[in-house]
Amino acid sequence: MIEVLFFAGLRERLGTERALLEWTPDLRDVSAVRARLAQGDRAWEEALGAGEQVLAAVNEELAQPVTPVQDGDVVAFFPPVTGG
Amino acid sequence: MAEVALQDCRVLDTPLDCAAAQAWLAAAGGAAGATVLFTGQVRDEAGTVSSLFLEHYPAMTEKVLDQIAAQVADRWPLTRVLAWHRVGAMSTGDTIVVVGVAAAHRAEAFEACSCLMDRVKTEVPLWKKVSGAGGDAEWVEARTSDLRAARRWHEEPGEDEH
Repeated sequence: MIEVLFFAGLRERLGTERALLEWTPDLRDVSAVRARLAQGDRAWEEALGAGEQVLAAVNEELAQPVTPVQDGDVVAFFPPVTGG
Repeated sequence: MAEVALQDCRVLDTPLDCAAAQAWLAAAGGAAGATVLFTGQVRDEAGTVSSLFLEHYPAMTEKVLDQIAAQVADRWPLTRVLAWHRVGAMSTGDTIVVVGVAAAHRAEAFEACSCLMDRVKTEVPLWKKVSGAGGDAEWVEARTSDLRAARRWHEEPGEDEH
């Protein structure tokens, strides 16, 4: 299982802060997880589609689209950060 | 081998005590002849903003602050490095962030503090939502000028000469 977390504007657009994905071997990296989430629902497709700037973290470390993902990982997606 | 810098990174949902931050940096004593402290406040944006909520990723925020502070202390000869960030509900004028360093001389202290702040703005999982007096709230967009400012620290010396 992969636990997926959403934050800030992305969390609001999706209407949820958390999703669970059944892990399958094709979910090999961050971009594959994002693509899987974007399937099937119009709002999710729009919020997570290629046109949106979305950052990611795997197990609380900033990640890239090619960062590997394994069963049991926590993957987070969020908009560009605006602290400071 | 340089001495390891002392580090103090915190994520707080209460007002930040800038005087305490400065006192801790100055207490480095010894070889440290310079401290630089930066504080950031909530802007009112010409009266359009009355309050701000800062969302964060609790499991990750302090971890990233710690990593950035350690990397900055690795790059410049610092004796102390501090990064405190406030989260949750704030009003205009409230201090939202305090970063600072102590070093032997001012040149490295200014540079290290500037790098620290640029990286905090662009790498720590924090998101601002601002509200006007009418209660209408919206997420703040990330600025490309902040990304540009942070990117200059990725370049090796001499690489940006073109």
